[in-house]
Amino acid sequence: MKQSMNRALVVVALCAVASSLGAQTIAITGGKVYPVSGPPIEGGTVLIRNGKIAAVGKDIAIPSDVEKIDATGKWVTPGLVNSSTSVGLGDVGFSGGPRELGAKGHDGIAASFQVWLGYNTQSVMIAPAREGGVTSIMINPQGGLISGQAAIIDMSGALGLSDVVVKAPATMIAQIEDDDGAKVGAAGELLGKLRDLIEDTKAYSRRKADFERAQTRTFTATRSDLEAMIPVVEGREVLTIIADKASELQAAIALQKEFNLKVVIAGGAEAWMLADKIAAAKIPVLTGAMNNIPGSFNTLGSRQENAAMLRKAGVQVGIIGNAGGGDEDMFNVRNIRYEAGNAVAYGMSWDDALRAITLAPAEIYGVAGSVGSLKAGTEGNVVIWSGDPFEFASRAEQVFVRGKKIDTPSRQDMLAKRYKTLPPKYNTP
Amino acid sequence: MRIVVFAAALSVLACTPAKGSPTPSPKVAAAGDSAKPMKETKDTSMAGRGATSLPNADPFPSTYRPFPSKTTVIKNVTILTAAGPRITNGAILLKDGKIESVGASVTAPSDAVVIDGGGKFVTPGFIDVHSHLGVYAAPGVEASSDGNEATRPVTAYVWAEHSVWPQDPQFPRNLAGGITTLQVLPGSANLIGGRSVVLKVVPARTVQGMKFPGAKYGLKMACGENPKRVYGSKGGPQTRMGNVAGYRTAWIEAEQYRRKWDKWNAEHKGDPPARDLNLETLAEVLRGNILVHNHCYRADEMAQMIDIAHEFGYKIRAFHHGVEAYKIADLLAKEGIGAAIWADWGGFKMEALDGIRGNMALVNQAGAKTIVHSDDPSGSQRLNQEAAKGIEAGKELGIDISEDQAIKWLTINPAWALDLDSKIGSLEPGKDADVVLWSGDPFSVYTRAEKVWIDGAMLYDRDDVREQWRTDFDLGFVPQVGGAQ
Repeated sequence: MKQSMNRALVVVALCAVASSLGAQTIAITGGKVYPVSGPPIEGGTVLIRNGKIAAVGKDIAIPSDVEKIDATGKWVTPGLVNSSTSVGLGDVGFSGGPRELGAKGHDGIAASFQVWLGYNTQSVMIAPAREGGVTSIMINPQGGLISGQAAIIDMSGALGLSDVVVKAPATMIAQIEDDDGAKVGAAGELLGKLRDLIEDTKAYSRRKADFERAQTRTFTATRSDLEAMIPVVEGREVLTIIADKASELQAAIALQKEFNLKVVIAGGAEAWMLADKIAAAKIPVLTGAMNNIPGSFNTLGSRQENAAMLRKAGVQVGIIGNAGGGDEDMFNVRNIRYEAGNAVAYGMSWDDALRAITLAPAEIYGVAGSVGSLKAGTEGNVVIWSGDPFEFASRAEQVFVRGKKIDTPSRQDMLAKRYKTLPPKYNTP
Repeated sequence: MRIVVFAAALSVLACTPAKGSPTPSPKVAAAGDSAKPMKETKDTSMAGRGATSLPNADPFPSTYRPFPSKTTVIKNVTILTAAGPRITNGAILLKDGKIESVGASVTAPSDAVVIDGGGKFVTPGFIDVHSHLGVYAAPGVEASSDGNEATRPVTAYVWAEHSVWPQDPQFPRNLAGGITTLQVLPGSANLIGGRSVVLKVVPARTVQGMKFPGAKYGLKMACGENPKRVYGSKGGPQTRMGNVAGYRTAWIEAEQYRRKWDKWNAEHKGDPPARDLNLETLAEVLRGNILVHNHCYRADEMAQMIDIAHEFGYKIRAFHHGVEAYKIADLLAKEGIGAAIWADWGGFKMEALDGIRGNMALVNQAGAKTIVHSDDPSGSQRLNQEAAKGIEAGKELGIDISEDQAIKWLTINPAWALDLDSKIGSLEPGKDADVVLWSGDPFSVYTRAEKVWIDGAMLYDRDDVREQWRTDFDLGFVPQVGGAQ
């Protein structure tokens, strides 16, 4: 009896939260609206209802009971999507705290590793990213041959994992350039191992019952890893292959053809050399625009025009941080908009660059129905900018995640406030 | 994505040593015969022997000579001089490697090359006081990992220039970002890591050919996590208190050494004392001839380093990576110590947790010198973008930083940190003609350096591949992708 009372209370409480959210209708009016899914609208309106985008356009009927936000003179875009992060998988880079992004796996294979199970929905790294207009992130496992499964997360600040997950798994991550990481001796061996894993997954998938009775040959991976690989091998789940060198990129293209996989290339430093081949194979590429250093023998062809050249060839391009050194995957996930600006400086059109940090990654990972554009029915992830979002002089003035305006200050805001006048007061924020 | 991981690993390497490559224990170098005493030396009889500890001994002298230049006028440009308010629609005349004049208009000699900037921007060449170019060359392989002599906690005897590979392909990329002067430092594994070297970003066969003539050496010191992590299991220091004991022990020895040598240099009685490369460098700091560049993140540790400097009577020129400089900006202003900082690095280790974007503006507001630095071969190419973030962060805190002020963070302030502000860092008549023509406002994300001059010679032109420096390594290994032919 007591138990069911409690349950009833919980249900009531949940309804209360849901309805207070649901009742909220917001109309952002007068701004220069970039829906990305369609042409820009001068003086457009974005209507958010029940946490979702309800309507976007020039002449939207605005109900009388809504909260109106005047965005005249401002730029309005979808919340940005950063598809290469480790936010929430550790609070401090490398000298403390938990690190939830690298599984040990078996022999370089950690396909069953679901990185989101270690995601901290309350991470201090979330607020800085959101202040930079980033509302959705992909959290990526790292290391080995098969690093594990990545997820796309909305940074709403909700505690519950299920309340913030957009898609999990969003992709399986593999890397084919670091032979050392996967304990093999050469890139070719790494590819051979990947091919074995794919063949074994197929065999396992056909003969599960035999496997349970130990009547199959020995497979290269554990049961749970093979199980996790099934949607990848069947082409239902994206396989993100991290590779930079032209030879590795060609191997990735060949792999896609041979097994009919849904491949995305990430890194892709030398992808510009193969732009036409990659375009023909319809393989999207995630790359950055701030690296031109031959930092390793895999990236001798690094150049800042890479993203623009790929786009020009017709490749679907998502922009990720690649400057190096600046913590692009954690503390400075927010800088993705500057990466896009640099892509423009190196030849990409402005519209394509905005698309590359919103709708492109959403399409690449099959979440365009939820995030990445201002289209009726998608999540209410919206940013009101003081000006051109790629410019340093612009700031994200208001950020909405799932229809809720979020202005939770970051630790950095609190520190700046505390130390703006010296000596500081320690009994105030 | 891989590239992110890889590059991040590289940067960690720059700040911290790679693990355990066996290095033979250092030997004190045999006395050479190339040491030439500088003017300060009273006794010239020691010349060429290299056996004594003379102030400013210069055993690896610069062989840099300015490249051939043409008298050049850049007109119809907005000029951020770093020496006063901007000049809109102005002009600048470069002659014989120097800035001849700058103003609303200049008198162009008939033989001058005239560049019509068409509303573009001109600034002084940028100066990065925290670089590891050449000592952590690209590609980042073990064989080129020459930035940290992580064999013992005090290695004041090593000189960064002996690790610099002039064919590091990162040099020309830096030049293309508008960087004309670099201070290359040893890494931060050690309490005292060794001497820095100041370089012109120019092609040369030898590091001597890049060395900035007359520039003082710097001494790299490091606080906090790195030394104690590296030596915690190698005999110490294992703690921050161990770090401090290590610095003080070194200075106590250095002070004895300085007194012994200063006495002998004054009296020349008997045999000279034994020479010690480690203490020689430290003694030069105590004499004020070498500038201290101190890697230090946390405010409380910076304050302790200041006390140590007071105890032994030397000056800290700049704290590098001071992510918490804003917490003691008043102290830095009072002590006259510069803050060489990033715009927004932070959170990547415990001592970096409190990095805020407002740091640059808050330091500036307190009256201390803000210096934008990189510690990163990629970030170094975009110091202007880092400063732009700092301007905006200031605005959000209600601190108005003009572009005329922010340009100083990239030019005259770092020039001061190297004690070269009388030669470089601003566009004023008589100064070295280190100049950059930008495609637009340098604080815009869309702007790129178009042309770069060092000592009046144009060494980079984005529009002309023939004017783009390619290192020996670039040849064959790196596809040529420069601008129009």
